[in-house]
Amino acid sequence: MSVSSSLTLRLAGRRPASPVLATLAALVAALTVLPVAVILVRAGSGPAGEALDYLLRPRIGELLAHTGWLMLLTVPATVVLGVGAAWLVERTDLPLPGLWRTLMLAPLAVPAFVSAYAWVSVRPGLVGLGGAVLVTTLAYFPFVFLPVAALLRTLDAGEEEIARSLGVGPVGAFFRTVLPRLRPAVSGGALLVALHLLAEFGVLEMMRYQTFTTAILQQYAVGFSDVRGSLLATVLLVLCLLVLTVEVAARGRSRVARLGAGAGRRPLPLPLGRWRAPALAALGAVVVLAVVVPVAVVARWLLVGTRIRVEGAGLGDLLLVTGSTVGLAVLGGLLAVALGLPGAVLLDRHHGPFAVLVERLTFLASSLPGVVVALALVTLSISLVPGIYQTALLLLVAYAILFLPRAMVALRSGLAAAPPELAEAARSLGQNGAGVLGRVVLPLAAPSVLAGFVLVALAISTELTATLLLAPTGVETLALAFWSATAELDYAAAAPFAAMMIALSVPLTVLLRRQITS
Amino acid sequence: MSPLSRRTLLAALAASPLVVSACSREEEYVPDPEALQIYSSQHEGVTQAWADAFTEATGIPTQIRRGTDSSMGHQIVAEGEASPADVFLTENSPAMTVVERAGLLAPVAEETLAQVPEDRAPSSGDWTAIAARSTVLCWNPEQISEEELPASMMDLADPAWEGRWGCAPGGADFQAIVAGMLADRGEEETRAWLEALESGAEIYQNNIATMQAVNAGEVPVGVMYHYYWYRDQAGTQEQSGNTRLHYFGNQDPGAFVSLSAGGVLANAAKPDAAQEFLAWVTSAEGQQVLVDSGSMEYAVAEGVDSDPALPALADLDAPPVDPFTLDSDEVSDLMTDVGLL
Repeated sequence: MSVSSSLTLRLAGRRPASPVLATLAALVAALTVLPVAVILVRAGSGPAGEALDYLLRPRIGELLAHTGWLMLLTVPATVVLGVGAAWLVERTDLPLPGLWRTLMLAPLAVPAFVSAYAWVSVRPGLVGLGGAVLVTTLAYFPFVFLPVAALLRTLDAGEEEIARSLGVGPVGAFFRTVLPRLRPAVSGGALLVALHLLAEFGVLEMMRYQTFTTAILQQYAVGFSDVRGSLLATVLLVLCLLVLTVEVAARGRSRVARLGAGAGRRPLPLPLGRWRAPALAALGAVVVLAVVVPVAVVARWLLVGTRIRVEGAGLGDLLLVTGSTVGLAVLGGLLAVALGLPGAVLLDRHHGPFAVLVERLTFLASSLPGVVVALALVTLSISLVPGIYQTALLLLVAYAILFLPRAMVALRSGLAAAPPELAEAARSLGQNGAGVLGRVVLPLAAPSVLAGFVLVALAISTELTATLLLAPTGVETLALAFWSATAELDYAAAAPFAAMMIALSVPLTVLLRRQITS
Repeated sequence: MSPLSRRTLLAALAASPLVVSACSREEEYVPDPEALQIYSSQHEGVTQAWADAFTEATGIPTQIRRGTDSSMGHQIVAEGEASPADVFLTENSPAMTVVERAGLLAPVAEETLAQVPEDRAPSSGDWTAIAARSTVLCWNPEQISEEELPASMMDLADPAWEGRWGCAPGGADFQAIVAGMLADRGEEETRAWLEALESGAEIYQNNIATMQAVNAGEVPVGVMYHYYWYRDQAGTQEQSGNTRLHYFGNQDPGAFVSLSAGGVLANAAKPDAAQEFLAWVTSAEGQQVLVDSGSMEYAVAEGVDSDPALPALADLDAPPVDPFTLDSDEVSDLMTDVGLL
């Protein structure tokens, strides 16, 4: 490469995408779009007039309002809580920051629907929008906390100090130098929260708060109607497109990578002074509400269960179910990370319209409830590849489609922290694309790869509706066993499965915590 | 690689024995080609008890696939002739009717039909009842007196009941009740009742939540099925301790008895074993397994007594409805029209 063309490329900021990478990323995007295509075809299969009548009903407006309010309240709440907590933990002289860092991620270890049941059983009146916002905020704010805390730790304090030296106060310096750089992390986390809210089922069902997703499940449960369910799913897709568009605008294009490892300096912790007690109380309250309450309720069920059933005959079953859940979570997590990698690299290294399109497409299917994606895959596999129907492979594909954004967001933030200049340097030293990826980019991004894997594995270990439809006959997961036991009113029988889901999630959450500190 | 990220990877490796054992365990879960494939949306405990006892009696291995009424019915229709299912068991009959109307059921063997009274099976003969559950009104004596209870479930449409009753219209159970009402009282009356429900009833996600709400005094009465109450009464009584049951009787739509259905798939890989299973489930032994399972559902076969805690099925004075005529599509259209779905 001549000096002048290299210079041109540097000025343009990006190298052109390699055809292999682009093809891989496009194939992954195509795979995730397949269920969406099935839904659109099905939604369009009825008479247009009927479809329009169905969509222009007051009921649809009601569902739109419900879904909208939930997003409008929960997403900002998770951002405020996530960024606030991350700033307190990483940038102030809060006592025991390591402990708080762990505790702020602990809600990830409690499945949201377990938390919702606990809340409903403690406060039966806590239903509707208020309860839904409370539980989803407490369950999802770690999605914002995690990337923001990680970034706050790695950001160079230099700019902040320059601002301070020019007479800006500590809070002003944070808002003017740090916050702008947090934009990709905040918007990525908020995007995950928003997509989760669009697809959330268990929590809202328990909180008696109807959104498009609960309505879709109800449509499948009552109507036996493909077309109507698909019409509702189509509206959900439009909402998802809206969220994705807003996020592109919110993320901005600011560079967060720092060149060179030697100059970075940890910023001095800001003294909290008289705000120390209120800060501790606020974080403590979050922990009590998000972790202590649900864990205490599960513990109570366990005690009730052991009082009723002394023999503990179910232990073997519990271990078997745990084994299959772990197996699915690990394999699904690996698959999602592998599938997410081409798109994430493409996006980070060759940020262009094509890369953005590929990324956004992979986000579409994930805003759909699991059952919708699963039904589409049932149709597709029976008509196209009957050999994989009701095998673990099809289930893993569904998981990958549903949870790819979790892997992508984590991978993207990791790759963004690996400075492009290092990759350029490796190229100039004779490495090819794969060599650059393997020897420079991935080692730098390794913690993020692991974080992506863990986020997906966590989601899989509690996934419900897609698992129900696609799992091979005879395969049982913790979430299925928990949900069916609660549906049969047998909360004592449900408790061991809830406890096991929490227990399994703890090591994964600890791994995530390491992402912040490494 | 930094030492810290290396430590992270080591932690991941440390977890790998669990992973490996999980993967090897999973091989035990590969669908068994020798086993009778039972698709079931009936309660898990009951289905498992039937399957285990059947295997013990006949030596035929079984494997159960679990789901909920409609999505499972839906799934079988989507699978079509390629469905791996041999047998389908439901909680309510409309899900079976969906499969029946798709032409996917084989006629049930004569000797099986002979084990169940005629009024507890569809006229088509393509499936049979395997259990039954009754509609009831759950009420809270602290909120309402016995004299104030409605004489008919249709009375709940009266403005006087606005905001004072609960139900779970999203569930397959409730859909079966409405299908019964539709068959019994016709479209106009059913639509009016559903409109009153939409504007005047507290809506819960399932029967359990309805019962809990009545128990907690959120609403004085709730429409549900009987067995949730009896099971809770036999257990902790945490969710029904403050409540009682009111049976409408008088062939009222509120006395509707819903049949759980069993059918054999026309394309079953093991049609003989499938018929044998259905014959066994509806035999005296099979029905006794249901009674002993503690599900508190009604046994439906000739000469088998249900749990002694229950009022006799024959005394419920249920409205006469041919379950074959229960039309779930029409119910969902009506519920969509009034804005419930």
